Amino acid sequence: MDISWDLLLNAIVAGLLLGGFYAAVTAGISISFGMLDIVNIAHPAFVILGSYIAYYVNINLGIDPILVSIIVLPAFYALGALVYQVYYMSFERRGQESLRGLAFFFGLLFVTEVSLILVFGVDYRYVEAAYIGPSLHLAGLELPLRMLVPCLVALATFGALELFVTRTFLGRAIMAVSQDQLALQLMAADPIRIKRIAFGISIALASIAGALLIIIQPVEPSVGRDYIGRVFAICVLGGLGSLPGALIAAFLLGVVESLTSTFYGPSWAPAVSFGFLLLTLAFRPAGLMGR
Amino acid sequence: MNTATFSIITAAVGLAVMALFHWLSVDYAYFAGYTILQFIVLATAWNILGGYCGYVNFGTAAFFAIGAYSSVFWYKFHPLPIPLLIVLGAVVSGIVGLGTGYLTLRLRGAFFSIATLAMAVVFQTLVVNWDFVGGSRGAYIIHPENFELAGLKVHYIEYLFALMLLLAVIALATARTIERSRLGYGFATIRDDELAAEACGVPTLRLKLIATTLSGAFMGMAGAPFPYYIGYLQPQSAFALDYAVNSIAMPMIGGTTTWVGPLVGSILLGSAQQYATVTISSAVNLLIVGLMLVAFVIIAPNGLIGLVKESLRARRRS
Repeated sequence: MDISWDLLLNAIVAGLLLGGFYAAVTAGISISFGMLDIVNIAHPAFVILGSYIAYYVNINLGIDPILVSIIVLPAFYALGALVYQVYYMSFERRGQESLRGLAFFFGLLFVTEVSLILVFGVDYRYVEAAYIGPSLHLAGLELPLRMLVPCLVALATFGALELFVTRTFLGRAIMAVSQDQLALQLMAADPIRIKRIAFGISIALASIAGALLIIIQPVEPSVGRDYIGRVFAICVLGGLGSLPGALIAAFLLGVVESLTSTFYGPSWAPAVSFGFLLLTLAFRPAGLMGR
Repeated sequence: MNTATFSIITAAVGLAVMALFHWLSVDYAYFAGYTILQFIVLATAWNILGGYCGYVNFGTAAFFAIGAYSSVFWYKFHPLPIPLLIVLGAVVSGIVGLGTGYLTLRLRGAFFSIATLAMAVVFQTLVVNWDFVGGSRGAYIIHPENFELAGLKVHYIEYLFALMLLLAVIALATARTIERSRLGYGFATIRDDELAAEACGVPTLRLKLIATTLSGAFMGMAGAPFPYYIGYLQPQSAFALDYAVNSIAMPMIGGTTTWVGPLVGSILLGSAQQYATVTISSAVNLLIVGLMLVAFVIIAPNGLIGLVKESLRARRRS
């Protein structure tokens, strides 16, 4: 096959930009699934909820979607803390998280999706901002700001999260919860409180991811499902609970998906993440940077 | 009561319902009844893996659609009688179930669930890109108005209904037999404590693979006649998330530990949905299913059967 180098290079750059965005979506899952061992498959639904809030405020008040997502961070944090409290009281404490906890999150995913359909319909929605449309041109490379801005915001968020987890007391406590809950209790820290905070943060991150998503592409309630495979594939490939691993995996998936859609057509792209996931699970379940 | 007696009794109940429908001679009764029976098969199939082994499968839609699309494939290639299509659908879905299980079940349970969820997206991608079975445009399946066999002539929908009834009886009888066999006890040990079961010499991986294969095969069976029922199959309707959420909600609401739970759940939830779809709207009725699923797993973890058992026990004690 005759491959044009320009096309290949552009596809790789587009993939890296996409990967940066995937990292933002995965950050929340890395905390909840990777560190807290809570299989929150409803995470993408919260991301879509974030998209719709950004859309609604943007259309009605003209506020920048990323700014909106930062304003609503506390609300998402509270929502996350509430969801964790229900999850803890109903499942984790009874030791039933595997079967019923999963069904619970699946129910949440479904209820959020159907509610959004009832309120907003199934039409694709999009936001308006100055950076949607123009592109930077650098030596034959095309860098659409629509992709570049979300990627940069995502990297900033990711960096902040990594600093938070490794440098602050609370962040280290979250890492500790993922390793040994009993030992944490002996250090006079309440693991449930730490987990509630961590889960709140993970849902808060969904708000930012949601705003980035609706900048990158028009959104309708069920697009969240396409991300379930992706985010878990990234999370597992990166090694559960490892943020740097997740970042590398996100870039990797972004590039492979971008190459697939450039050379084989965009309709094949969703299959890539599943292939990644299955291959990882079959050959290296610990992931790239697994413990 | 042994399996044969049980099957005969269930079949007799089904035939009585069918005779009633025939006497009413309302075609809609068959259409609605078919959907409910289909959910009985799906919920029972889900429960073999989910309820007995404790492994959550989110990919019901994928297995169902694989069954349905295997029928579409044969319809385009060379039309075959539906009972044969059901067997073929079961084989294909069973193999897919075995494969997914083999790749993911050696790890923690959550990975299997995530893989099944992603699998639905991938199979949908494959079907959308596969023009032979209609691609994203969908495929029309034309069936004759009546079904004739040895001088017997009935409406086609009545024939489909009878087939689905047979499948429901087979599914229920299988689930009930498993529950009372060595296999069922093995499944229960996996559900309760997999590590301990492994330590006691229970071949957990093999049992789990049997469960995924069986469960997948039944879902494929339920899907195989679907193109003939609906007449026009497109990827979005075959892979709808509704199947996944219903097949989880029905056993959860009924109760997951016995075969009765999925049956009760499907009949209740299935009829309620038929009613709500006609009177309110299909989006609202899905919202209700989702909310009921969330409410039930929080408030009544053992489903309706669990509630009934508890109240019986309480009465006996007082």
